[in-house]
Amino acid sequence: MDAKRYELNVQLAQMLKGGVIMDVTNDEQAKMAEEAGAVAVMALERVPADIRKQGGVARMSDPAMIAKIKKAVSIPVMAKARIGHFVEAQLLEALRIDYIDESEVLTPADEECHIDKTKFKIPFVCGARNLGEAVRRIAEGAAMIRTKGEAGTGNVVEAVRHIRTMNREIRQLAQMPMEEVTSFAKNNGIPYELALKIKELGRLPVVNFAAGGIATPADAALMMQLGCDGVFVGSGIFKSSNPQLRARAIVKATAYFNDPQKVLEASMGLGEAMPGIEIAQIPPEQILAGRGW
Amino acid sequence: MKDKKSVIGVLDLQGGVHEHLDHLDRLGISYRRVKEKEDFEDLAGLIIPGGESSCLCRLLNIFEIKEVLLANYNRGLKIWGTCAGTILLAKSVVGEENCLGLIDIEVERNSFGSQLDSFISEALIKEVDPEPIPLTFIRAPKIIKVGKKINVLLKIDDYIAAAESENILVTVFHPELTGSLAFHRYFAIKCGIKFEVKKNGYTDPAWENYSWTRMARIA
Repeated sequence: MDAKRYELNVQLAQMLKGGVIMDVTNDEQAKMAEEAGAVAVMALERVPADIRKQGGVARMSDPAMIAKIKKAVSIPVMAKARIGHFVEAQLLEALRIDYIDESEVLTPADEECHIDKTKFKIPFVCGARNLGEAVRRIAEGAAMIRTKGEAGTGNVVEAVRHIRTMNREIRQLAQMPMEEVTSFAKNNGIPYELALKIKELGRLPVVNFAAGGIATPADAALMMQLGCDGVFVGSGIFKSSNPQLRARAIVKATAYFNDPQKVLEASMGLGEAMPGIEIAQIPPEQILAGRGW
Repeated sequence: MKDKKSVIGVLDLQGGVHEHLDHLDRLGISYRRVKEKEDFEDLAGLIIPGGESSCLCRLLNIFEIKEVLLANYNRGLKIWGTCAGTILLAKSVVGEENCLGLIDIEVERNSFGSQLDSFISEALIKEVDPEPIPLTFIRAPKIIKVGKKINVLLKIDDYIAAAESENILVTVFHPELTGSLAFHRYFAIKCGIKFEVKKNGYTDPAWENYSWTRMARIA
């Protein structure tokens, strides 16, 4: 990927700011998401809540199913590749979708290496729990970052932890005297130049979305008020009792996240949210956020 | 220059808002995010940024911003749409209902293909800048037809990339994603804000691709 292509890929993510990206498993859901005001859809066979329930190895979705979704909508289509599975990424690029999510929701294909994203023309979004993780992914060529949260739980606590951690580390870096930046970079396992850039900008140089456990309009507004640039909703919409109503409500609440009156209006009468899971009750080996580094 | 109607607003519902604010700021133009009905008061112009047109149109309808926008347009508010903004302003959209329908053009949404087909180029538009202007197309629409009263500013191959009527300006590319301030200046003049003419063009060498982030800092 040349520098200009990378810039274009970062800029597409900039155009998604303030929007909601929704997980969809078929073309009907994709159309419903688009109609509700989604800025992009994530095409996958099973939403994270089902992947969690069914266990086994979760892989890239059937390309035929992704192609069908791509045909159904005019908003950008994203799809997931396994961490480190660069051939799945090659296939998704050949399929000419708009964005690849190198995702911990799928079973990692490589426990050491993430995909070398600079080799691709297509943009990547990657999950992160802290600044170090976010910056390593950017150094590998990610054009967009999202919190990992804990996907498929309907529990926002991990996403909150991740954005608070990133923001705290950015604030530390921004206020740090120059001579401390080298050791900050070393301790966080990130390139010095990117640490300097983030210090100067006072934020990540790319768009940072919320993901992992967002289930209500208030969850979305919470993540936006904490400084996220937009929101991914995975299982939260199509595992709720009224997906269409909830999808629209989360779009409204994300756009007007600073206006409690409007978020309140959006929160009324949505029916049951998806069933939630307490993080402490998940066996450690089933924690998705721990995948990747 | 700072009279009552010298403020340019950027519609702040979704999309590339910070990028436009950054450009207006570089030109020394007073700017405002437009999100509520009250934000339209005394605006000289409004920019509808790039984003997803289906999302933007939906949000315009939900919170009655659309009526206020149309009322202000009828009172003479100048409007500029970039990319998705062009789709919102078009009278006709291929295969879809229109949203605001304020300029007599027909557009085709996402007309180049996927993100892999997004591209940059440049063009000379003499009315706007004496120097060539960099152009950034991201999943861009094409203007495929214009009415008789529409002034075409830029035609490339089989499509139109920039056009205007008396009160509306549309560009399917993103001047706010380049260092060029030429279109922002051009729009400000359309809004009645005065600028001096520069012979050497309107590109800001201090602009960088992450300049927008200063409008969205964490620390």
